[in-house]
Amino acid sequence: MGDEIHVPISSDADIVIARQQGRALAERIGFTGSSLAVVATAISEVARNIIEYAKRGEIVLKGVNQGGRQGLTVMARDQGPGIPDIALAMQDGYSTAKGLGLGLPGARRLMDEFEIISKVGRGTTVTMKKWVR
Amino acid sequence: MLVPILKQGDFLIAIIQSALTDDDLLRLRDDLAEQVGRYRSRGVIVDVTVLDVMDSFAARTLRALAHMVGLRGARTVIVGIQPEVAFAMVQLGLTLGDVETALDLEEGLELLHKRTKRSASRGR
Repeated sequence: MGDEIHVPISSDADIVIARQQGRALAERIGFTGSSLAVVATAISEVARNIIEYAKRGEIVLKGVNQGGRQGLTVMARDQGPGIPDIALAMQDGYSTAKGLGLGLPGARRLMDEFEIISKVGRGTTVTMKKWVR
Repeated sequence: MLVPILKQGDFLIAIIQSALTDDDLLRLRDDLAEQVGRYRSRGVIVDVTVLDVMDSFAARTLRALAHMVGLRGARTVIVGIQPEVAFAMVQLGLTLGDVETALDLEEGLELLHKRTKRSASRGR
């Protein structure tokens, strides 16, 4: 379980690949039922954000084991424009593009742990984790 | 991946067969809006049984589809949202707005028949 899966994101077809890989890995780790759809949806949202704002980036998927708990880490990173106001971006309904503004706050609601690091002009990295119940 | 669109009387039925890319969904939206005119359809069903993810883009596009089709005089019903997908949508905070849904194709057709019934006594 130590290996990472890197999915380059540069087209909308890659979003499908990322969430299928994420779903498959989640299943191998032991996630079942609706948590698979939840993980795949969260991956879809952050992968789409990469395309929409940075044009290209990557999704990194990795199984984790912490204190006997199994989990999945999803990292979505890009070297795009960065987010000037992260607090604003994390508000429901706020969108600087044509979206619903649910991507980032939504992904946070779907996952157990969520962290976002962004620097204007440098890029953005979202790291999310979900644990098997 | 082109989504096959079947004509059943007054209705068009689009059954999604596999994971769709964003472009596939957009094309489906535009195809249905166009075909509603070509076949003078009064209702559209989009069967999403096979989709294992409904994210904000998919929801937004389905709403746009229903809106476009509605502007051309037809009703839309989305059918087949799976339990896990429904759960993830609720967790995400996604809604389909006022787009109608039904459990499956059968229920969807019944709903469309109800919604598009021509009433002889109306308009007098």
